[in-house]
Amino acid sequence: MLSLMMAMKITRFAVIFILLLIIFALAGCVQVAPWERGNLAKPHMALDPHPLQSAVQAHNYGSREAAASTNSAGGGGGCGCF
Amino acid sequence: MIKLANLLLSAGLMCCLAMVTPVQAHLEGNTPPPSCQLTHLDGKSAENWEALKGEVIYVDFWASWCPPCVKSFPFMRQLMRDFEDKGLKVIAINLDENVEDAKGFLAKHPANFPVLLDASKQCAQDFGVIAMPSTYLIDKRGLVRHIHRGFRAGEAGELRILIEQLLIEKI
Repeated sequence: MLSLMMAMKITRFAVIFILLLIIFALAGCVQVAPWERGNLAKPHMALDPHPLQSAVQAHNYGSREAAASTNSAGGGGGCGCF
Repeated sequence: MIKLANLLLSAGLMCCLAMVTPVQAHLEGNTPPPSCQLTHLDGKSAENWEALKGEVIYVDFWASWCPPCVKSFPFMRQLMRDFEDKGLKVIAINLDENVEDAKGFLAKHPANFPVLLDASKQCAQDFGVIAMPSTYLIDKRGLVRHIHRGFRAGEAGELRILIEQLLIEKI
C-alpha cells in the first residue's frame, strides 16, 4: 500500500516535471525578425554546409561498400564511377 | 491529477499565445508611411518622408547577407537611370546588424541612390517588414500604395509598370 502511494507520488512529480519542462522549452520559441537573420543566413549555418562534398563522400562510401549507394540514382554499385 | 495537467497545459498555451506579437497594421492602401529616424552612412540624419512629398518614393529594406537583395540592386540602379528625372526617388534602407557589412556590400554593388541606415530597426518594425528585401511604393500624395516582399527576376517588370502608373498620376 505504502509503495503504491509512493509510486503514485513519483508519477505525479514526473508528470509535473515533464509538463514544466515542455512549458519552459516553449518559452524559448521566439520570432526572429528578418533583420536578425544575418548570422542564420550564413552558408555554414545550413544543415548541410557543403552539399557537394557530402554528395561525393556519400558516393565514395557507397562504392567502397560495393552496394547500391545512398544516392543510387547517381551511380553506385562498386566501381565508384560517376 | 488530470485537472492539474490540464491547468499546466493551458498555462503553457497561454504563454505561447502571449509570445505571438500582434499583427502589424496593414500599410498598403491609403496610409501614410510611419515616420522614421534614419541616418546616412556618414552619420548625418536623413530627412523625413514629408520632405519628399510630390515625388514617387521607392523604399527598399535590404541587408548585405540577402541574395535577392543582390539581384534587386541592378534593378534599382536602372530605375534611377530611367525614372529619376520623371520624379522617382529610390531610397534603400539597410538593416544590417554591422554597418561594415553594408559598406562591403556597397563596394561590390555600388548604388546610385541614397542608402540610409536604420540603426534601431524601429523603422523596419513600424513598416512591418517581414521579408528581405521588402519594397514600399509611396505615391506623390505621400501614401503607401504598394508593398512588395522579396525580389525575383520575373517581378521586375511588374514593379516597373506599377512605378510608371504612379509617376503618371497627378496629385
